[in-house]
Amino acid sequence: MSQAATTRGVPGAALGTLLEVRSLSLDFTSPKGRIHALRDISVAVPKGRIVGVVGESGSGKSTLAYAIIRLLAENAIITRGEVLLEGDDLLRLSPRQMRDVRGRRMSMIFQDPMTSLNRVLSVDDHMIDIQYRDSVSKAEKRRRAIKALGHVGIPDPESRIRNYPHQFSGGMRQRICIAMAMLVEPDLILADEPTTALDATMEVQIINLLKRLQSELGCSILFVSHHLGTVAELCDDVVVMYAGEVVERGSVRDIFHQPGHPYTQALLECDPGRIRERTRRLPTIPGNVPSLLAGEVPGGCIFKDRCPYVFDRCQLERPPHYTVVAGVDEGRADGDDTLAAHTARCHLRDPGEASRDRESRDIRQARDKAAGGHP
Amino acid sequence: MTAISASDARLIRGNSAWAEHWGQLRKNRLGLFGLFLVIVMVSSALLANFIVPFDPTQIMVGPRLGPPSWAHPLGTDQLGRDILSRVIMGGRVALIVALTSLAAALSLGLVLGLVAGFGPRWLDNGLLLALDSVRAFPVIIFALAVVTLLGPSLLTVVFVVAVTSIPVYARVVRTQTQSLRDHEYILAERAMGAGTGRILGVHILPNVIGPLLILVSMDVPLVITLEAGLSFLGMGVRPPTPSWGTILNDGYSYIQNSPWPVIAGGIPIILTTLGFTFLGEALRDIFDPKLRRDV
Amino acid sequence: MSVLLEVEDLKVRFRSMGMVRALATRTSDPFLDAVCNVSFQVRPGETLGLVGESGSGKSTIARALMGLNPVHSGSIRFAGNELTGLSQRAYKPYRRDMAMMFQDPVGSLSPRLTVRSLITEPFKMHGMRDRDRDAEAKRLLEMVGLGTDFAQRFPHQLSGGQARRIGVARALALDPKLIIADEPTAGLDVSVQGEVMNLLARLQEELGIAMLIITHNLNVVRHISDHMAVMYLGRFVEQGPTEEVFYRPRHPYTEVLLSANPEPDPDARIQRVEARGDVPSLVNRPPACEFHTRCPRARQVCSQIDPGVSSAGEGHVYRCHFPLNSEHDASKEGGVRQER
Repeated sequence: MSQAATTRGVPGAALGTLLEVRSLSLDFTSPKGRIHALRDISVAVPKGRIVGVVGESGSGKSTLAYAIIRLLAENAIITRGEVLLEGDDLLRLSPRQMRDVRGRRMSMIFQDPMTSLNRVLSVDDHMIDIQYRDSVSKAEKRRRAIKALGHVGIPDPESRIRNYPHQFSGGMRQRICIAMAMLVEPDLILADEPTTALDATMEVQIINLLKRLQSELGCSILFVSHHLGTVAELCDDVVVMYAGEVVERGSVRDIFHQPGHPYTQALLECDPGRIRERTRRLPTIPGNVPSLLAGEVPGGCIFKDRCPYVFDRCQLERPPHYTVVAGVDEGRADGDDTLAAHTARCHLRDPGEASRDRESRDIRQARDKAAGGHP
Repeated sequence: MTAISASDARLIRGNSAWAEHWGQLRKNRLGLFGLFLVIVMVSSALLANFIVPFDPTQIMVGPRLGPPSWAHPLGTDQLGRDILSRVIMGGRVALIVALTSLAAALSLGLVLGLVAGFGPRWLDNGLLLALDSVRAFPVIIFALAVVTLLGPSLLTVVFVVAVTSIPVYARVVRTQTQSLRDHEYILAERAMGAGTGRILGVHILPNVIGPLLILVSMDVPLVITLEAGLSFLGMGVRPPTPSWGTILNDGYSYIQNSPWPVIAGGIPIILTTLGFTFLGEALRDIFDPKLRRDV
Repeated sequence: MSVLLEVEDLKVRFRSMGMVRALATRTSDPFLDAVCNVSFQVRPGETLGLVGESGSGKSTIARALMGLNPVHSGSIRFAGNELTGLSQRAYKPYRRDMAMMFQDPVGSLSPRLTVRSLITEPFKMHGMRDRDRDAEAKRLLEMVGLGTDFAQRFPHQLSGGQARRIGVARALALDPKLIIADEPTAGLDVSVQGEVMNLLARLQEELGIAMLIITHNLNVVRHISDHMAVMYLGRFVEQGPTEEVFYRPRHPYTEVLLSANPEPDPDARIQRVEARGDVPSLVNRPPACEFHTRCPRARQVCSQIDPGVSSAGEGHVYRCHFPLNSEHDASKEGGVRQER
């Protein structure tokens, strides 16, 4: 964790950054034409930190994870950008070198633990198999596997290791997948919605497990989720994606306490877990996600069609990442989590648009009041 | 209920299903090509009597095993008969055997498969046992038995092919039906009050027919060659009636002297196979909205 | 107010192994109870929320109500008529008055039918061929906030939220008195969840339909239901007015569920109560109180004596020997979530 302290400043500041995605763009080919699924994505994962990628379906958050570990579908084409793992561009590696990276430095946890385990192999087979690079005896590998299973909370690992995936519950299977991911002691774990298929009580257990293992192993985690609650609970930094773009990034407190992008604000408002008062009218984000088909991707701001504060500049000019300036009233004394720069792709965050920004705040406040008036 | 405007009605009702399907087929080039081949084959078989240049059974004084010439575009066979005429007439036999036997096998296999897949467990087990026993029986032995009972004829061939194909189709349909039966939309239909007939006809049948069509179209050449084999053994079409199978069989004996009979007998089989396969694939795509090319 | 749906001591039993295997292994009880002595009522225009984790039997209840699962014992009365033991044919009229929405928004729509066919299918099935189906399609699409241009789409061309709206439209087609919604927000994005919940709430207000909402999402239940029931291993462990159950839960499992709901706030200080281990299998149902194997408050008596049903007033009932928020446990007063 000590390395993380050196990351102060812009995302990707050389030292202490484990993974850096630089202006990555990715297309899918389809019968209807190219789909620009990721556009100009820049994300940094500092050493020893958990970075959450949040977004709704179609935002490209899972595609990003698969692009990093290079397990993309055949119709995916990376058109631009770099994926740097401690300075090495993963996109330039040969498939063989990439396999090496996957086994040693990165591993992935998937959404559905049943489909990511082979059902005709026992847990024992899986866990010995994953250590194929290590030249130790099979007995030693099994011993390590049993230890790893015990570590992730599988009761009685010595006998359970002989069981097959279907003999475990969903939560237990996800624990096994995590144990496998941890067994290679990777620098980076990519977790693609690992708790989505689980029940609430299991979800909490898995989140706590990931937290514990991360602090023990000191690895970094890229945690992809649509669930704001789990992200808030688990992650240090957050990247918010919408329609294939990163619209906002910052530390978890910045994102949840002073969201700088109207989309993030709307997303947080929508979460029914945040609404304390019982209401029969839940907030929503009107409109639909824009088409990402070549030639149909809207110019200007990607969120302009659904944004309540849209103005003429949004129609024409694509907003860059502006630094979000914290309000005086919201500064925190402890301040230990301000490592990641807080930026948002919204013209309202341009210092030159300060007056317009004040107006938008007024609109927001008025709306909040109106919503609070009719529980 | 208030009436609605004509433009709304058009929007809601869309084009008729057949217009929609035809529009889809027109965009599918391979499918169109397949349809063209099938139409050529079927019409030449239907009009065979009018378009053959010679009597296909007439033994001629001209050259035997002769190469293509103006008079005989595909050459002549070992008895000096015009091969083109024999191929055209042979198409009749091939198509009659293939279409009738496969149509019979398709419909029976479909019904049995649906019943086995959707019905109670004991019925499934019983039907499977029966189907597997039929399938386990060697085709040639079965054919010999049938021929001794019914005597050699075209109908015998049709019967043999149909009976041996039914278990294959029924099994495919049964597996598909079973996997569809547990889908949530089937449960949703039942919750809405749909009866078994409606579920099978509207919600399951259209989903199992696609893969089955492909299977059947690929079986067309198999059946044609099976007919040839049976005819060769004297259990199918009796000489001198031509069929593609007999042309091939006859040709093999003389392949060192002249390749023409084999080529002439083989090409229509290949073209028919291609035609039915392309058409089958196109039909599957058309009937499955998920595989449609546009929208 | 009269009662629309009354369920008493409902038990749904499945075979856990084949007859032959049961004989071979000398298992005297080759059954499992997916739903175990459940009783509840739904009044016209009212919403009951059914909460539980996967495998708790909540979907089985819904299917039993629709006559899709056999009922072992107990009774289901709909508008005064007994539904258990009816043949499929006799059940049909009740499938007009009770409509069910299934979990998977897209997967519960027949893939080869257009939206128009899907939403007007109920008329065909119930012999109402005289209806102008185009007009009905338009009316239903408008009701759920979709344009008429959706009529010719196929299910796979719909987004999750749109497919869910089509599901609602189908359920509404025959003017039902009760809608059973199985996980109406599952698989939907948060921004769309709100849309669907608002739609259901609006339709309920306008049409006075009663609803039974089955979900694992506590936030959904909290905003839409008047009463709620918490299920664990096929049993209702707690049941009562939503606000009561939320703010003064009695059963430890309810507390676990409530606190397992991660809040979208990195500074939220939740006094988290965790259940140990995994949900037991229904085949090996723990004796006495089902929850004792995981319960943070369990004592010896919990594994020996069935707690039975206790009342906490105003229709709030629970099954627990050592309930929370009772007079002896004043420290917990005020609910699980501590104010920051």
